[in-house]
Amino acid sequence: MALVAAPILVEASQTLGLVVSTLNNPFFVTLKEGAVQASEGHDAELVVYDAQDDSAKMASAMEDLIQKDVDAILVNPTDANAVVPSILKANRAGIPVFTIDRGAEGGKVVCHIASDNGAGGKMAGKYLAEQIGGSGKVVELVGIPGTSAARDRGKGFHDAMDQYPDIELVASQAGDFNRDKGMTVFENILQAQPEIDGVFAHNDEMVLGAIAAAEAAGREGIVFVGFDAVDDAVEAVEAGKLAATVAQQPAKMGSMGVDNAVKYLKGQDIPGNIPVPLKLITQ
Amino acid sequence: MILVTVIMGLCGLLTVLEPRFLTGENLINILRQSSIIGVVALGMTCVILVRGIDLSVGSTLALSSLIAASAVQAGVPWIGGWFLALAVGAICGGISGGVVAWLGVPPFIVTLGMMGTARGAALLYTGGAPISGFPASFRVLGTGWIAAIPVPIVVFLCVYAVLHILLEHSLWGEQIRSIGSNPVAAWGTGMNVPLYTTSVFALSGMLSALAGLVLLGRLDAAQPTAGAGYEFGAIAAVVLGGTQFSGGKGTLLGTVMGVLIMGIVSNGINILNINPFYEQVVRGMVIALALIAYGRLGGSPAGNSPY
Repeated sequence: MALVAAPILVEASQTLGLVVSTLNNPFFVTLKEGAVQASEGHDAELVVYDAQDDSAKMASAMEDLIQKDVDAILVNPTDANAVVPSILKANRAGIPVFTIDRGAEGGKVVCHIASDNGAGGKMAGKYLAEQIGGSGKVVELVGIPGTSAARDRGKGFHDAMDQYPDIELVASQAGDFNRDKGMTVFENILQAQPEIDGVFAHNDEMVLGAIAAAEAAGREGIVFVGFDAVDDAVEAVEAGKLAATVAQQPAKMGSMGVDNAVKYLKGQDIPGNIPVPLKLITQ
Repeated sequence: MILVTVIMGLCGLLTVLEPRFLTGENLINILRQSSIIGVVALGMTCVILVRGIDLSVGSTLALSSLIAASAVQAGVPWIGGWFLALAVGAICGGISGGVVAWLGVPPFIVTLGMMGTARGAALLYTGGAPISGFPASFRVLGTGWIAAIPVPIVVFLCVYAVLHILLEHSLWGEQIRSIGSNPVAAWGTGMNVPLYTTSVFALSGMLSALAGLVLLGRLDAAQPTAGAGYEFGAIAAVVLGGTQFSGGKGTLLGTVMGVLIMGIVSNGINILNINPFYEQVVRGMVIALALIAYGRLGGSPAGNSPY
């Protein structure tokens, strides 16, 4: 009688459903492609729906997948709250739900798969330290204080800095993830610090502002590292103005989502939160 | 007078704590940084003088600079881009002012609506992406120098001078003050109150657009998220400067000093490397303390309180 527990009895091939917030954005297209590739590797069938950034479309896509009685649903919610009723429906139907990149505010989710900001901050800090030769004066431009991205990226960065006793963190100031504020704050820091070797900013907007401030002040030889790999920042890396920026790996998010769903369906234990590694973009 | 004392006190304190504060370069730096919010705050002063408030200044700044930026990238000459921005700003402000003046909707509500509308329009217009990379001529308002003075400071001073003449030595200024002091009496004298009120909001919108052009020049980018929170910075500076919400009373010079106090505080926080978590606390306390001191020594609404 106990054998009714469905996941353990499922044989080799499964059907998975993937609902993406929008396929109008290259980031999510890459995420979908990663998932498609991984499902081919597992010999699983993947049904993909595009919610077109519309919570109502997302809800009907989820309903369709529940009707189809897929083995698991992977969802990249358009809205953390609006997706909750759909997740509850899947819970009632006994279909396990996984969230990718963006989480949900409620319902039972087996596992959330998203970027590892802490590891990204550490990676950026290590690279910055290596670029300035392991010693010197470094500035940190903090995001909006208290946000999870600022907290995680900052903690990773500080962890990396702790490995380099010869590096001095001379200033750590809030630029609020904003280009304008990043520029103003860095102008002020330039006044106070005659010597700066490196700058890590919690996002690219602030680092682009800081680069503009350094250029206007004629200060050269500062190594800048940003986060997010937005278009302007990737251009700045190519132009040699920005040493590096940390990029998310959407394809990896998709493939790790499928991998873990399959693992779970085979009865293996998986953690409730799986961080996806980030990648450093350099010249 | 009390504002001058606050500024001197802050400067003295910061110089003691970090001697690098008191260098010509840093003082120019503070003035340049203050000039963008300063231009917005001067417009806000006029709006508050007629018992209004303008919450849409930051959104108007973003929308007008984005439209100008895309026009310039499409081949419109830089000077045309500037005029286009100013026109968009004046239209946004004029619409708010018109609704306030002719339909009698409270300015807080109208400009809150414009705040959302203009920000949404700016995001829609570019799909959320910034526009960057402009010719030096278009950026000169943000990056240029006239002799040893950065252009943003010159812009700030010019706006101050023009508004000072308008407010103190023109019929327009006289009418504005009398509307602010007593709109009903102003009506009674046959003044076209709605038209004047609308003109003040249009002026505020236009000055927000001008501030947007300076910001665009500095950053070499027009961004749909630019200017977020500027309404609070500008209102704080105006209130610090002693302008009363009850209308009619206030000076542009007070606003300039309010802006400088805010600028000096921000600069000090960065230079002393104060923990980012304390930043807002420090900023809030400086505003509160300055206003309390202002009230104790007379001149502000608090000074007239029976307590």
